[in-house]
Amino acid sequence: MYILHSCGNLRNKRCNLQDFAEAFRLAFGLVLSGDRDLFEIIVLSLQVSLSALMISCVIGFTLGTLVAVTRFPGRGLAVVTFNTLMGLPPVVVGLLVYLLLSRAGPLGTLGLLYTPTAMIIAQAILITPIVAALTRQIIEDLFSEYDELFQSLGLSVWQAMGALLWDARYSLITVALAGFGRAIAEVGAVMIVGGNIDHLTRVMTTAIALETSKGDLALALALGIVLLAISMTVNALALSMRATAARQAYA
Amino acid sequence: MRNVLLAVLAVTVAGLFSPPAAAEDKSIIVQSTTSTANSGLYDYLLPKFKQASGITVRVVAVGTGQAIKNAKNCDGDVLLVHAKSSEEKFVEGGYGVKRFDLMYNDFIIVGPPSDPAGIAGTKEVTTALKKIADEGAIFASRGDDSGTHKKEKALWESAGVDPQKGSGKWYRETGSGMGATLNVGVGMGAYVMTDRATWISFKNKADFKIAVEGDKALFNQYGVILVNPDKCEYAKSDLGATFVNWLLSPNGQNAIATYKRDGQQLFFPNAQPLG
Repeated sequence: MYILHSCGNLRNKRCNLQDFAEAFRLAFGLVLSGDRDLFEIIVLSLQVSLSALMISCVIGFTLGTLVAVTRFPGRGLAVVTFNTLMGLPPVVVGLLVYLLLSRAGPLGTLGLLYTPTAMIIAQAILITPIVAALTRQIIEDLFSEYDELFQSLGLSVWQAMGALLWDARYSLITVALAGFGRAIAEVGAVMIVGGNIDHLTRVMTTAIALETSKGDLALALALGIVLLAISMTVNALALSMRATAARQAYA
Repeated sequence: MRNVLLAVLAVTVAGLFSPPAAAEDKSIIVQSTTSTANSGLYDYLLPKFKQASGITVRVVAVGTGQAIKNAKNCDGDVLLVHAKSSEEKFVEGGYGVKRFDLMYNDFIIVGPPSDPAGIAGTKEVTTALKKIADEGAIFASRGDDSGTHKKEKALWESAGVDPQKGSGKWYRETGSGMGATLNVGVGMGAYVMTDRATWISFKNKADFKIAVEGDKALFNQYGVILVNPDKCEYAKSDLGATFVNWLLSPNGQNAIATYKRDGQQLFFPNAQPLG
Protein backbone atom coordinates (compact mmCIF):
# COMPACT_ATOMS: atom_id res chain seq x y z
CA MET A 1 0.00 0.00 0.00
CA TYR A 2 2.75 2.39 0.98
CA ILE A 3 4.66 1.67 -2.17
CA LEU A 4 1.79 2.66 -4.42
CA HIS A 5 1.38 5.90 -2.57
CA SER A 6 5.03 6.58 -2.08
CA CYS A 7 5.01 9.81 -4.00
CA GLY A 8 1.89 10.96 -2.23
CA ASN A 9 -0.03 11.28 -5.41
CA LEU A 10 -1.98 8.43 -6.94
CA ARG A 11 -2.00 10.07 -10.35
CA ASN A 12 1.73 10.35 -10.53
CA LYS A 13 2.63 6.90 -11.81
CA ARG A 14 6.03 7.85 -13.13
CA CYS A 15 7.04 8.77 -9.64
CA ASN A 16 6.22 5.23 -8.38
CA LEU A 17 8.20 3.62 -11.16
CA GLN A 18 11.17 5.73 -10.19
CA ASP A 19 10.85 4.37 -6.66
CA PHE A 20 11.01 0.80 -7.95
CA ALA A 21 14.02 1.53 -10.13
CA GLU A 22 15.67 3.31 -7.21
CA ALA A 23 14.95 0.30 -4.96
CA PHE A 24 16.66 -2.13 -7.33
CA ARG A 25 19.62 0.20 -7.74
CA LEU A 26 19.87 0.54 -3.95
CA ALA A 27 19.52 -3.21 -3.39
CA PHE A 28 22.42 -4.00 -5.71
CA GLY A 29 24.43 -1.12 -4.31
CA LEU A 30 23.91 -2.34 -0.75
CA VAL A 31 24.94 -5.90 -1.54
CA LEU A 32 27.89 -4.97 -3.74
CA SER A 33 29.25 -2.38 -1.31
CA GLY A 34 29.47 -5.12 1.32
CA ASP A 35 27.70 -2.88 3.85
CA ARG A 36 28.70 -4.25 7.27
CA ASP A 37 25.47 -3.36 9.04
CA LEU A 38 23.48 -5.08 6.33
CA PHE A 39 25.71 -8.15 6.55
CA GLU A 40 25.19 -8.28 10.32
CA ILE A 41 21.42 -8.06 9.88
CA ILE A 42 21.40 -10.80 7.24
CA VAL A 43 23.50 -13.14 9.41
CA LEU A 44 21.23 -12.57 12.41
CA SER A 45 18.11 -13.15 10.29
CA LEU A 46 19.52 -16.47 9.10
CA GLN A 47 20.74 -17.48 12.56
CA VAL A 48 17.37 -16.80 14.16
CA SER A 49 15.21 -18.37 11.47
CA LEU A 50 17.43 -21.41 10.86
CA SER A 51 17.70 -22.09 14.60
CA ALA A 52 13.93 -21.81 14.94
CA LEU A 53 13.58 -24.14 11.96
CA MET A 54 15.89 -26.75 13.49
CA ILE A 55 13.89 -26.79 16.71
CA SER A 56 10.62 -26.92 14.79
CA CYS A 57 11.81 -29.78 12.61
CA VAL A 58 12.87 -31.90 15.59
CA ILE A 59 9.52 -31.34 17.32
CA GLY A 60 7.34 -31.13 14.23
CA PHE A 61 8.69 -34.21 12.42
CA THR A 62 8.35 -36.29 15.59
CA LEU A 63 4.89 -35.08 16.54
CA GLY A 64 3.57 -35.18 12.99
CA THR A 65 4.82 -38.71 12.40
CA LEU A 66 3.60 -39.92 15.77
CA VAL A 67 0.09 -38.67 15.06
CA ALA A 68 0.24 -40.16 11.54
CA VAL A 69 1.11 -43.72 12.60
CA THR A 70 -0.80 -44.05 15.86
CA ARG A 71 -4.48 -44.20 16.70
CA PHE A 72 -5.68 -42.71 19.94
CA PRO A 73 -8.76 -40.97 21.29
CA GLY A 74 -8.69 -37.29 20.44
CA ARG A 75 -6.46 -37.87 17.42
CA GLY A 76 -8.86 -35.98 15.19
CA LEU A 77 -8.69 -33.07 17.60
CA ALA A 78 -4.88 -33.15 17.48
CA VAL A 79 -4.96 -33.00 13.67
CA VAL A 80 -7.43 -30.11 13.66
CA THR A 81 -5.33 -28.31 16.28
CA PHE A 82 -2.13 -28.58 14.22
CA ASN A 83 -3.92 -27.42 11.13
CA THR A 84 -5.52 -24.49 12.94
CA LEU A 85 -2.27 -23.38 14.52
CA MET A 86 -0.71 -23.10 11.06
CA GLY A 87 -2.61 -19.83 10.93
CA LEU A 88 -1.20 -18.46 14.20
CA PRO A 89 -0.90 -14.69 13.89
CA PRO A 90 2.76 -13.71 14.47
CA VAL A 91 1.73 -10.71 16.59
CA VAL A 92 -0.18 -12.98 18.96
CA VAL A 93 2.81 -15.33 19.26
CA GLY A 94 5.01 -12.31 19.91
CA LEU A 95 2.67 -11.08 22.60
CA LEU A 96 2.49 -14.49 24.30
CA VAL A 97 6.27 -14.87 24.31
CA TYR A 98 6.62 -11.27 25.54
CA LEU A 99 4.28 -11.97 28.46
CA LEU A 100 6.26 -15.13 29.28
CA LEU A 101 9.71 -13.57 29.06
CA SER A 102 8.96 -10.10 30.41
CA ARG A 103 10.64 -9.33 33.74
CA ALA A 104 7.12 -9.26 35.13
CA GLY A 105 6.29 -12.64 33.53
CA PRO A 106 6.81 -16.21 34.77
CA LEU A 107 10.15 -16.66 32.95
CA GLY A 108 11.35 -13.10 33.58
CA THR A 109 14.31 -14.19 35.70
CA LEU A 110 15.95 -15.71 32.63
CA GLY A 111 16.48 -12.23 31.18
CA LEU A 112 15.77 -13.45 27.67
CA LEU A 113 13.54 -10.64 26.43
CA TYR A 114 15.14 -8.48 23.71
CA THR A 115 17.68 -11.18 22.83
CA PRO A 116 18.02 -13.34 19.69
CA THR A 117 17.06 -16.34 21.84
CA ALA A 118 13.64 -14.79 22.47
CA MET A 119 13.23 -14.34 18.74
CA ILE A 120 14.16 -17.99 18.10
CA ILE A 121 11.58 -19.13 20.66
CA ALA A 122 8.85 -17.00 19.08
CA GLN A 123 9.58 -18.17 15.55
CA ALA A 124 9.85 -21.81 16.66
CA ILE A 125 6.37 -21.57 18.21
CA LEU A 126 5.10 -19.95 15.04
CA ILE A 127 6.35 -22.58 12.60
CA THR A 128 6.28 -25.84 14.58
CA PRO A 129 2.55 -26.32 13.80
CA ILE A 130 3.26 -25.84 10.08
CA VAL A 131 6.01 -28.47 10.12
CA ALA A 132 3.93 -30.84 12.26
CA ALA A 133 0.73 -30.52 10.22
CA LEU A 134 2.41 -30.96 6.82
CA THR A 135 4.54 -33.85 8.13
CA ARG A 136 1.46 -35.57 9.51
CA GLN A 137 -0.25 -35.43 6.11
CA ILE A 138 2.76 -36.66 4.15
CA ILE A 139 3.61 -39.48 6.55
CA GLU A 140 -0.01 -40.56 6.84
CA ASP A 141 -0.32 -40.94 3.07
CA LEU A 142 2.89 -42.92 2.99
CA PHE A 143 1.87 -45.00 5.98
CA SER A 144 -1.34 -46.16 4.32
CA GLU A 145 0.83 -47.73 1.59
CA TYR A 146 3.34 -49.37 3.91
CA ASP A 147 1.16 -50.29 6.89
CA GLU A 148 0.73 -53.94 5.94
CA LEU A 149 4.36 -54.37 4.98
CA PHE A 150 5.47 -52.98 8.33
CA GLN A 151 3.11 -55.31 10.15
CA SER A 152 4.40 -58.33 8.26
CA LEU A 153 7.96 -57.32 9.14
CA GLY A 154 6.94 -56.88 12.77
CA LEU A 155 8.39 -53.35 13.05
CA SER A 156 7.87 -51.38 16.23
CA VAL A 157 6.20 -47.97 16.08
CA TRP A 158 9.59 -46.25 16.44
CA GLN A 159 11.16 -48.36 13.70
CA ALA A 160 8.19 -47.64 11.44
CA MET A 161 8.47 -43.92 12.16
CA GLY A 162 12.14 -43.91 11.31
CA ALA A 163 11.56 -45.78 8.05
CA LEU A 164 8.73 -43.45 7.06
CA LEU A 165 10.68 -40.29 7.86
CA TRP A 166 13.62 -41.55 5.82
CA ASP A 167 11.42 -42.47 2.91
CA ALA A 168 9.67 -39.09 2.97
CA ARG A 169 12.88 -37.09 3.33
CA TYR A 170 12.59 -35.27 0.02
CA SER A 171 9.04 -34.15 0.73
CA LEU A 172 10.10 -33.12 4.21
CA ILE A 173 12.70 -30.76 2.75
CA THR A 174 9.81 -28.87 1.17
CA VAL A 175 8.03 -28.90 4.52
CA ALA A 176 11.11 -27.39 6.14
CA LEU A 177 11.30 -24.76 3.42
CA ALA A 178 7.67 -23.79 4.06
CA GLY A 179 8.51 -23.33 7.73
CA PHE A 180 11.65 -21.38 6.92
CA GLY A 181 9.74 -19.11 4.56
CA ARG A 182 7.23 -18.27 7.24
CA ALA A 183 9.95 -17.65 9.84
CA ILE A 184 12.23 -15.44 7.77
CA ALA A 185 9.31 -13.37 6.47
CA GLU A 186 7.44 -12.65 9.70
CA VAL A 187 7.85 -9.32 11.44
CA GLY A 188 5.15 -9.18 14.12
CA ALA A 189 6.66 -11.62 16.60
CA VAL A 190 10.34 -10.65 16.37
CA MET A 191 9.44 -6.96 16.57
CA ILE A 192 7.77 -7.45 19.96
CA VAL A 193 10.16 -9.91 21.61
CA GLY A 194 13.35 -8.66 19.94
CA GLY A 195 12.61 -4.94 20.14
CA ASN A 196 14.37 -4.20 16.82
CA ILE A 197 17.50 -3.10 18.72
CA ASP A 198 20.31 -1.93 16.45
CA HIS A 199 23.29 -4.33 16.36
CA LEU A 200 21.50 -6.78 18.68
CA THR A 201 18.06 -7.90 17.52
CA ARG A 202 17.51 -6.10 14.22
CA VAL A 203 16.66 -8.54 11.44
CA MET A 204 15.68 -7.99 7.80
CA THR A 205 11.94 -7.70 8.38
CA THR A 206 12.18 -5.32 11.33
CA ALA A 207 14.70 -3.21 9.41
CA ILE A 208 12.20 -3.02 6.54
CA ALA A 209 9.45 -1.93 8.93
CA LEU A 210 11.77 0.70 10.41
CA GLU A 211 12.73 2.20 7.05
CA THR A 212 9.07 2.25 6.02
CA SER A 213 8.24 4.21 9.15
CA LYS A 214 11.04 6.64 8.36
CA GLY A 215 9.39 7.16 4.98
CA ASP A 216 12.44 5.79 3.17
CA LEU A 217 10.36 3.56 0.94
CA ALA A 218 13.07 2.94 -1.66
CA LEU A 219 15.48 1.63 0.98
CA ALA A 220 12.71 -0.46 2.57
CA LEU A 221 11.90 -1.99 -0.79
CA ALA A 222 15.60 -2.56 -1.47
CA LEU A 223 15.90 -4.50 1.79
CA GLY A 224 12.84 -6.49 0.73
CA ILE A 225 14.57 -7.42 -2.51
CA VAL A 226 17.66 -8.52 -0.57
CA LEU A 227 15.47 -10.61 1.76
CA LEU A 228 13.86 -12.35 -1.22
CA ALA A 229 17.30 -13.02 -2.67
CA ILE A 230 18.36 -14.65 0.62
CA SER A 231 15.25 -16.85 0.62
CA MET A 232 15.96 -17.79 -2.96
CA THR A 233 19.52 -18.78 -2.10
CA VAL A 234 18.35 -20.97 0.77
CA ASN A 235 15.73 -22.60 -1.45
CA ALA A 236 18.22 -23.17 -4.25
CA LEU A 237 20.68 -24.75 -1.79
CA ALA A 238 17.98 -27.07 -0.45
CA LEU A 239 16.95 -28.06 -3.95
CA SER A 240 20.50 -28.79 -5.08
CA MET A 241 21.11 -30.76 -1.88
CA ARG A 242 18.10 -32.86 -2.72
CA ALA A 243 19.27 -33.35 -6.28
CA THR A 244 22.75 -34.38 -5.17
CA ALA A 245 21.36 -36.81 -2.62
CA ALA A 246 19.02 -38.33 -5.20
CA ARG A 247 21.86 -38.76 -7.69
CA GLN A 248 24.02 -40.49 -5.08
CA ALA A 249 21.15 -42.76 -4.09
CA TYR A 250 20.64 -43.98 -7.65
CA ALA A 251 24.30 -44.10 -8.63
CA MET B 1 27.18 -30.03 -0.42
CA ARG B 2 28.02 -31.62 2.89
CA ASN B 3 30.17 -28.58 3.66
CA VAL B 4 27.23 -26.30 3.06
CA LEU B 5 25.13 -28.35 5.46
CA LEU B 6 27.86 -28.18 8.06
CA ALA B 7 28.17 -24.43 7.64
CA VAL B 8 24.43 -23.98 8.08
CA LEU B 9 24.52 -26.17 11.18
CA ALA B 10 27.43 -24.22 12.60
CA VAL B 11 25.64 -20.93 12.11
CA THR B 12 22.44 -22.15 13.72
CA VAL B 13 24.15 -23.86 16.62
CA ALA B 14 26.12 -20.68 17.23
CA GLY B 15 22.78 -18.87 17.30
CA LEU B 16 21.31 -21.33 19.77
CA PHE B 17 24.13 -21.39 22.23
CA SER B 18 25.60 -17.93 22.07
CA PRO B 19 25.02 -16.46 25.53
CA PRO B 20 22.12 -14.01 25.68
CA ALA B 21 23.56 -10.64 24.80
CA ALA B 22 21.86 -9.06 27.82
CA ALA B 23 24.50 -10.76 29.95
CA GLU B 24 27.26 -8.93 28.08
CA ASP B 25 29.32 -6.35 29.96
CA LYS B 26 27.98 -2.84 30.29
CA SER B 27 24.69 -2.25 28.55
CA ILE B 28 21.27 -0.83 29.36
CA ILE B 29 17.88 -0.93 27.69
CA VAL B 30 16.05 2.33 27.05
CA GLN B 31 12.31 2.19 26.44
CA SER B 32 11.80 5.11 24.11
CA THR B 33 9.34 7.02 22.03
CA THR B 34 9.82 6.58 18.28
CA SER B 35 10.55 10.18 17.26
CA THR B 36 13.94 10.25 19.01
CA ALA B 37 14.92 7.03 17.23
CA ASN B 38 13.44 7.66 13.78
CA SER B 39 14.94 11.16 13.60
CA GLY B 40 18.41 9.68 14.05
CA LEU B 41 19.05 11.42 17.38
CA TYR B 42 20.21 8.22 19.10
CA ASP B 43 22.56 7.37 16.24
CA TYR B 44 24.20 10.72 16.96
CA LEU B 45 24.08 10.72 20.79
CA LEU B 46 24.79 7.13 21.75
CA PRO B 47 28.28 6.80 20.24
CA LYS B 48 29.25 9.97 22.16
CA PHE B 49 27.86 8.50 25.38
CA LYS B 50 29.54 5.16 24.73
CA GLN B 51 32.86 6.92 24.28
CA ALA B 52 32.41 8.84 27.51
CA SER B 53 31.19 5.93 29.64
CA GLY B 54 31.83 2.63 27.87
CA ILE B 55 28.14 1.80 28.24
CA THR B 56 26.16 0.41 25.31
CA VAL B 57 22.62 1.75 25.13
CA ARG B 58 20.03 -0.51 23.53
CA VAL B 59 16.98 1.33 22.33
CA VAL B 60 13.53 -0.23 22.05
CA ALA B 61 11.57 2.39 20.12
CA VAL B 62 7.80 2.08 20.54
CA GLY B 63 5.00 4.56 21.18
CA THR B 64 5.08 6.40 24.51
CA GLY B 65 2.10 4.42 25.83
CA GLN B 66 3.73 1.09 25.12
CA ALA B 67 7.15 2.28 26.31
CA ILE B 68 5.62 3.14 29.69
CA LYS B 69 3.86 -0.23 29.88
CA ASN B 70 7.08 -2.07 29.04
CA ALA B 71 8.96 -0.09 31.67
CA LYS B 72 6.24 -0.90 34.21
CA ASN B 73 6.92 -4.57 33.45
CA CYS B 74 10.57 -3.84 34.32
CA ASP B 75 11.65 -4.50 30.72
CA GLY B 76 13.95 -1.51 30.59
CA ASP B 77 16.36 0.54 32.67
CA VAL B 78 15.54 4.04 31.47
CA LEU B 79 12.35 5.56 30.05
CA LEU B 80 12.54 8.41 27.53
CA VAL B 81 9.13 9.59 26.33
CA HIS B 82 6.97 12.67 25.80
CA ALA B 83 3.74 12.67 27.77
CA LYS B 84 4.34 14.59 30.97
CA SER B 85 1.22 13.62 32.91
CA SER B 86 1.67 9.90 32.13
CA GLU B 87 5.32 10.20 33.13
CA GLU B 88 4.39 11.80 36.43
CA LYS B 89 1.89 9.00 37.09
CA PHE B 90 4.65 6.51 36.32
CA VAL B 91 6.88 8.09 38.98
CA GLU B 92 4.01 8.46 41.47
CA GLY B 93 3.26 4.75 41.05
CA GLY B 94 6.79 4.03 42.23
CA TYR B 95 7.95 2.69 38.86
CA GLY B 96 10.39 5.52 38.26
CA VAL B 97 12.89 7.26 40.53
CA LYS B 98 12.40 10.83 39.30
CA ARG B 99 11.30 12.62 36.15
CA PHE B 100 13.55 15.18 34.49
CA ASP B 101 12.79 17.59 31.67
CA LEU B 102 15.26 16.72 28.94
CA MET B 103 14.52 18.65 25.76
CA TYR B 104 11.64 19.96 23.68
CA ASN B 105 10.51 20.67 20.19
CA ASP B 106 7.02 21.21 18.87
CA PHE B 107 4.16 19.53 17.11
CA ILE B 108 2.95 20.69 13.72
CA ILE B 109 -0.02 19.85 11.53
CA VAL B 110 0.93 18.88 8.00
CA GLY B 111 -1.47 18.53 5.10
CA PRO B 112 -1.85 18.37 1.33
CA PRO B 113 -1.08 21.53 -0.66
CA SER B 114 -4.74 21.79 -1.73
CA ASP B 115 -5.51 22.54 1.96
CA PRO B 116 -9.16 21.32 1.88
CA ALA B 117 -10.00 22.81 5.29
CA GLY B 118 -8.34 26.13 4.50
CA ILE B 119 -6.20 26.11 7.65
CA ALA B 120 -2.80 26.99 6.20
CA GLY B 121 -1.16 29.68 8.25
CA THR B 122 -3.76 29.50 11.07
CA LYS B 123 -2.10 30.72 14.25
CA GLU B 124 -4.30 28.90 16.76
CA VAL B 125 -4.29 25.14 16.55
CA THR B 126 -7.77 24.83 18.11
CA THR B 127 -9.23 27.07 15.39
CA ALA B 128 -7.57 24.88 12.77
CA LEU B 129 -8.91 21.66 14.33
CA LYS B 130 -12.43 23.12 14.47
CA LYS B 131 -12.22 23.98 10.79
CA ILE B 132 -11.02 20.48 9.91
CA ALA B 133 -13.99 18.99 11.78
CA ASP B 134 -16.48 21.49 10.30
CA GLU B 135 -15.28 20.85 6.77
CA GLY B 136 -15.07 17.10 7.39
CA ALA B 137 -11.56 17.20 5.93
CA ILE B 138 -9.74 13.91 6.36
CA PHE B 139 -7.49 13.77 9.43
CA ALA B 140 -5.23 10.78 10.13
CA SER B 141 -4.73 10.18 13.85
CA ARG B 142 -2.17 7.90 15.49
CA GLY B 143 -4.91 6.25 17.56
CA ASP B 144 -2.27 4.29 19.48
CA ASP B 145 -2.08 5.93 22.91
CA SER B 146 1.31 7.38 22.07
CA GLY B 147 2.55 10.72 23.38
CA THR B 148 1.56 12.41 20.15
CA HIS B 149 -1.89 10.79 20.26
CA LYS B 150 -2.46 11.90 23.87
CA LYS B 151 -1.49 15.44 22.91
CA GLU B 152 -3.77 15.36 19.88
CA LYS B 153 -6.72 14.18 21.97
CA ALA B 154 -6.10 16.98 24.47
CA LEU B 155 -6.08 19.54 21.65
CA TRP B 156 -9.37 18.25 20.22
CA GLU B 157 -10.85 18.56 23.67
CA SER B 158 -9.75 22.17 24.08
CA ALA B 159 -11.13 22.85 20.59
CA GLY B 160 -14.48 21.52 21.82
CA VAL B 161 -14.65 18.85 19.14
CA ASP B 162 -15.33 15.16 19.68
CA PRO B 163 -13.48 13.57 16.74
CA GLN B 164 -14.92 10.15 17.61
CA LYS B 165 -18.15 11.29 15.96
CA GLY B 166 -16.28 11.34 12.67
CA SER B 167 -14.40 8.10 13.32
CA GLY B 168 -14.11 6.06 10.15
CA LYS B 169 -15.45 8.97 8.12
CA TRP B 170 -13.20 12.05 8.22
CA TYR B 171 -11.35 11.06 11.41
CA ARG B 172 -9.18 8.02 10.68
CA GLU B 173 -7.26 6.31 13.45
CA THR B 174 -4.39 4.30 12.03
CA GLY B 175 -3.38 2.63 15.28
CA SER B 176 0.25 2.77 14.24
CA GLY B 177 3.47 4.72 14.66
CA MET B 178 4.21 8.26 13.55
CA GLY B 179 5.98 7.26 10.34
CA ALA B 180 3.29 4.77 9.37
CA THR B 181 0.59 7.36 10.06
CA LEU B 182 2.42 9.93 7.94
CA ASN B 183 2.63 7.37 5.14
CA VAL B 184 -1.12 6.81 5.40
CA GLY B 185 -1.82 10.54 5.61
CA VAL B 186 0.29 11.27 2.55
CA GLY B 187 -1.42 8.39 0.75
CA MET B 188 -4.95 9.63 1.34
CA GLY B 189 -4.37 13.37 1.42
CA ALA B 190 -5.17 13.69 5.12
CA TYR B 191 -4.01 16.20 7.69
CA VAL B 192 -1.66 14.69 10.27
CA MET B 193 -0.35 16.03 13.54
CA THR B 194 3.30 15.10 13.96
CA ASP B 195 6.31 16.11 16.00
CA ARG B 196 8.66 18.32 14.03
CA ALA B 197 11.68 16.01 14.38
CA THR B 198 9.92 13.11 12.70
CA TRP B 199 8.61 15.37 9.96
CA ILE B 200 11.99 16.93 9.15
CA SER B 201 13.68 13.55 8.88
CA PHE B 202 10.71 11.87 7.13
CA LYS B 203 11.57 10.95 3.55
CA ASN B 204 8.12 10.37 2.05
CA LYS B 205 6.78 13.92 2.39
CA ALA B 206 5.66 14.06 -1.26
CA ASP B 207 4.07 17.47 -1.77
CA PHE B 208 2.81 17.80 1.82
CA LYS B 209 3.37 21.07 3.62
CA ILE B 210 3.26 22.36 7.18
CA ALA B 211 -0.20 23.90 7.65
CA VAL B 212 -0.14 24.89 11.31
CA GLU B 213 2.85 25.67 13.51
CA GLY B 214 4.06 28.01 16.18
CA ASP B 215 1.10 27.88 18.63
CA LYS B 216 2.31 27.59 22.22
CA ALA B 217 -0.21 24.77 22.73
CA LEU B 218 1.87 22.67 20.34
CA PHE B 219 4.84 22.56 22.71
CA ASN B 220 6.35 19.07 22.95
CA GLN B 221 8.36 18.28 26.08
CA TYR B 222 10.48 15.15 26.36
CA GLY B 223 11.25 13.67 29.77
CA VAL B 224 13.69 11.06 31.02
CA ILE B 225 13.15 8.73 33.97
CA LEU B 226 15.33 6.12 35.65
CA VAL B 227 13.39 2.91 36.28
CA ASN B 228 13.10 2.33 40.02
CA PRO B 229 15.35 -0.52 41.25
CA ASP B 230 13.09 -0.94 44.30
CA LYS B 231 10.31 -2.06 41.94
CA CYS B 232 12.51 -3.83 39.42
CA GLU B 233 15.25 -5.92 40.95
CA TYR B 234 16.96 -6.49 37.61
CA ALA B 235 17.05 -2.82 36.61
CA LYS B 236 20.62 -1.70 36.07
CA SER B 237 20.16 1.49 38.02
CA ASP B 238 23.86 2.43 38.27
CA LEU B 239 24.39 2.27 34.52
CA GLY B 240 20.97 3.78 33.87
CA ALA B 241 21.72 6.69 36.23
CA THR B 242 25.01 7.29 34.42
CA PHE B 243 23.06 7.66 31.17
CA VAL B 244 20.41 9.95 32.65
CA ASN B 245 23.06 12.12 34.33
CA TRP B 246 25.00 12.38 31.10
CA LEU B 247 21.89 13.45 29.15
CA LEU B 248 21.21 16.16 31.72
CA SER B 249 24.85 17.27 31.94
CA PRO B 250 26.27 20.12 29.82
CA ASN B 251 27.94 17.50 27.60
CA GLY B 252 24.70 15.65 26.91
CA GLN B 253 22.64 18.81 26.51
CA ASN B 254 25.22 20.22 24.14
CA ALA B 255 25.18 17.01 22.11
CA ILE B 256 21.39 17.24 21.77
CA ALA B 257 21.63 20.88 20.65
CA THR B 258 24.20 20.15 17.97
CA TYR B 259 22.18 17.40 16.26
CA LYS B 260 20.91 18.72 12.94
CA ARG B 261 19.08 17.35 9.91
CA ASP B 262 19.17 19.37 6.70
CA GLY B 263 20.68 22.21 8.68
CA GLN B 264 17.76 22.30 11.14
CA GLN B 265 18.02 21.65 14.86
CA LEU B 266 15.52 18.93 15.84
CA PHE B 267 15.56 18.98 19.63
CA PHE B 268 16.17 21.85 22.05
CA PRO B 269 17.72 20.86 25.37
CA ASN B 270 16.05 22.36 28.45
CA ALA B 271 17.18 20.30 31.45
CA GLN B 272 17.52 22.12 34.74
CA PRO B 273 21.15 22.12 35.85
CA LEU B 274 21.60 19.32 38.36
CA GLY B 275 22.01 20.60 41.91
